[in-house]
Amino acid sequence: MVDSTWWHLLFGNLSAGALPFYSPIATGAAALVVAGAIGVVLLLNWFGGWKWLWTEWLTSVDHKKIGIVFVAIALVMFSRAVIEAIMMRLQQAMGFDSPGYLPPDHFSQLFTTHGTIMVFFMAMPFLTGLINYVMPLQIGTRDLSFPVMNSVSLALTAAGAALMMVSLDLGKFSTGGWSGYPPYTELSYNPGVGPDYWIWAVTLSSISSTMTGINFAVTIYKKRCPGMHFLRMPLFTWTALATSIMMIFAMPPLTVATLLLACDRYLGMHFFTNSGAGNMMNFVNLFWLFGHPEVYILILPPFGVYSELFSTFSAKRLYGYLSLVYATAAIAFISFMVWVHHYFTMGQSADINAVFGIATVAVGVPTGVKIYDWMLTMYRGRVRFSVPMLWSLAFAITFVIGGLTGVLLATPPVDYVVHNTLFLVAHFHNMIIPGTLFGMLAGYHFWFPKATGFRLHEGWGRFIVFCFVIGFYLAFFPLYAMGLEGMPRRTQEYYDPAYYPWAIVAMVGAGFIFLGLLGLLTQLVVSILNRDKLACHIGDPWNGRSLEWSVSAPPPEYNFAVLPRVEGRDSFTAAKAVDIAYRRPTRYEAIEMPKNSAVGPLIAFASFSCAFGLVWHIWWMASGGFVMAWLVVIARSFVRDTRKVISATEVERIEKRWLREVALTRPVSRDDEFTCANKGLAETTE
Amino acid sequence: MSVEELKHPGINLGQTDPQSHAEAEEVVFGFWVFMMSDVVVFSLLFAVFGTMITATAGGPGGHALFDIKSAFEETVVLLVSSFTFGMASLAMKYGEDRKVGWLAFWLVATLVLGLSFIGLELRDFVQLIDKGDGPDRSGFLSAYFALVATHGIHVTAGCVWIAVMVIQSFVFGITREVKTRILRLGLFWHFLDIIWVTIFSFVYLRGIV
Repeated sequence: MVDSTWWHLLFGNLSAGALPFYSPIATGAAALVVAGAIGVVLLLNWFGGWKWLWTEWLTSVDHKKIGIVFVAIALVMFSRAVIEAIMMRLQQAMGFDSPGYLPPDHFSQLFTTHGTIMVFFMAMPFLTGLINYVMPLQIGTRDLSFPVMNSVSLALTAAGAALMMVSLDLGKFSTGGWSGYPPYTELSYNPGVGPDYWIWAVTLSSISSTMTGINFAVTIYKKRCPGMHFLRMPLFTWTALATSIMMIFAMPPLTVATLLLACDRYLGMHFFTNSGAGNMMNFVNLFWLFGHPEVYILILPPFGVYSELFSTFSAKRLYGYLSLVYATAAIAFISFMVWVHHYFTMGQSADINAVFGIATVAVGVPTGVKIYDWMLTMYRGRVRFSVPMLWSLAFAITFVIGGLTGVLLATPPVDYVVHNTLFLVAHFHNMIIPGTLFGMLAGYHFWFPKATGFRLHEGWGRFIVFCFVIGFYLAFFPLYAMGLEGMPRRTQEYYDPAYYPWAIVAMVGAGFIFLGLLGLLTQLVVSILNRDKLACHIGDPWNGRSLEWSVSAPPPEYNFAVLPRVEGRDSFTAAKAVDIAYRRPTRYEAIEMPKNSAVGPLIAFASFSCAFGLVWHIWWMASGGFVMAWLVVIARSFVRDTRKVISATEVERIEKRWLREVALTRPVSRDDEFTCANKGLAETTE
Repeated sequence: MSVEELKHPGINLGQTDPQSHAEAEEVVFGFWVFMMSDVVVFSLLFAVFGTMITATAGGPGGHALFDIKSAFEETVVLLVSSFTFGMASLAMKYGEDRKVGWLAFWLVATLVLGLSFIGLELRDFVQLIDKGDGPDRSGFLSAYFALVATHGIHVTAGCVWIAVMVIQSFVFGITREVKTRILRLGLFWHFLDIIWVTIFSFVYLRGIV
């Protein structure tokens, strides 16, 4: 291998050795990424879609489009991480007394990327996307407070996700787990580029989420429509507010943790090293100062989704609205006081463990309040078992079981016995899959018609619910047993025959989950093909209760022709009851909206270059990307022409067309909700 | 007329323009929220420093390393720069709307002081590194460099921002955007002062006792 100076200047540590030819599986995965990228480029060329992509999506600062792109990134990354999960299950099914098909090093890469992607590039973009799309509509505003910053948030997440994908093609990813503990990620023990990939992908994601949090919080505080008092906000918006506050305070610790780890690895510092009086417990503390609030960042938005669903599909006001608000706030608050329960066994005193154990159990109280509120919302309601409702019911039952195992784990003596075993793995999957994943998929099904103008196929939706729920129970309940029998997490090969039957059952479960993933893709394709039959342009396919359902589907760029005035909770239901929904405003006014901006895509390019350059020590690229990102920001501050005006006649044209359609559409009763008769206009004879 | 002379505390965006007040409120509030998250970054770096005071790995600790005279000079320079920034804010508030003169003068003065601060800090760093007491010497020195340099990087970013605002005040005049940007820049600059006072107290003064 030529390692001359000029090569190093140009390409840093990149060499032929970085290519993924060390195993057929790695080569195959890399080929799949390359083929996917080429496929997208060819498709865009074929349909001449470059200009469309640039003007409609990449440079758009419309919160609705940014939200959709966030969700799209989440679904792509989800597919990859599910496949990785199945590969790990397969390895453990084959790994009894045999090396299986994955070498230990490769297995470690898989559990690291699986966790990193699921948390930072599936769950976070998914919930960010949903909030982005729905929250401004729910509070009756036309955009977020900082639309360009929103597109920069998207850019940073996209750059991080791209870095994750490139890591399949060049070099090996970290083997240090999603939490990246040193010494697993310390330079002396892990000198490759893997931890660097992890550091920079996660750093980009954390900066993106901090900015998102600031943006959401300011929007909710400052941009609510007239009459939208705090205690009239839909529950989803409440959870969005709690989540953004947590993002503002919990993301910086992650940024600090990853950057200090980078200081260790790049500048030879001694924050977390074994030598030089480093203290790796500091990393663990910093990481979980982020990591625990993060768990609630992942769970609160789905709680908001479920609150909307239980109420909408029971055709009842949400029971105990105020207690749900307080419970949300309480969970957000307590979430900052429990981080030590992630490492009860690391040698702090029993008193400290007791305090954090009790605080952890205390989280169960507000969560329990929520579960009861949801049950009582259904009580005496006219419950419709739609796909989102099936997700919600599966969640409510499964999540309670997971919560109970959490109470077990929160007891330090119990934790000493089962920590670092598959019991823990089973527990947190039991929280995050029914909590976050089911909630996000339910929200996806629920708001999809709002975003696209047609519903998702109901039958395939039921298939997906079935596969994921069965798959979840089969894949993760055996892990409780294996954990109690003492099997450590992240085990690639084992010799105790007691684990083997459980591993097989878990493998079958993983198979169901894979079917669910295929169902998800099929459902999307089938729904797009049948979009005329499933169309619901009027915008209210589920007899919705909050403002987002009061506009057309998809909503016009400006959301509301006239900013709504709100008199109470569930304002759209109230408007429908007294027949003042779909009323023509007395007059239309011109609307000022932010113009498209190239800042987002330029920052995506710059930050990706910076991160990639840092990973491979290509210093010109790293510094170039860094400087470019800031120059873009400065240049943007000199642009004065940032607003455009949609004329009153244009607004009138769009609104009139929609209102004419409303007048011509026959309202649908809830009995025909899932049939072609549902054009998105609800019959209101409650 | 008296309407023109009515000045309330803070930066005046014009007496009869509730719209620009409302818009300024949103961006300024957003900036406060950003600073809250930035405070978290600094407090964690302080906490890490606090846990690593004894982590000298056999090397020198704060008492042997820190030059309190230099740190004091830096403090004075930075505090004076906060004063000059205050003067810039006053010039913006009471100056004639179209005249950039005094505003630019005080901003440039702040910039010069900010750059001097960076220069003095770099001199400290170079001296330490020359003696072999760089950030790779021990956990303690890693934490010291990370904390102080993070503040220094913020000050550098603030200097770039001041330069941009001087240019913008000439190019655009003292418009609404320029005013709210300088308002936020002021918040940032004084915020960095507070952080520095804390660094001076907890890192340097504590180090030499």
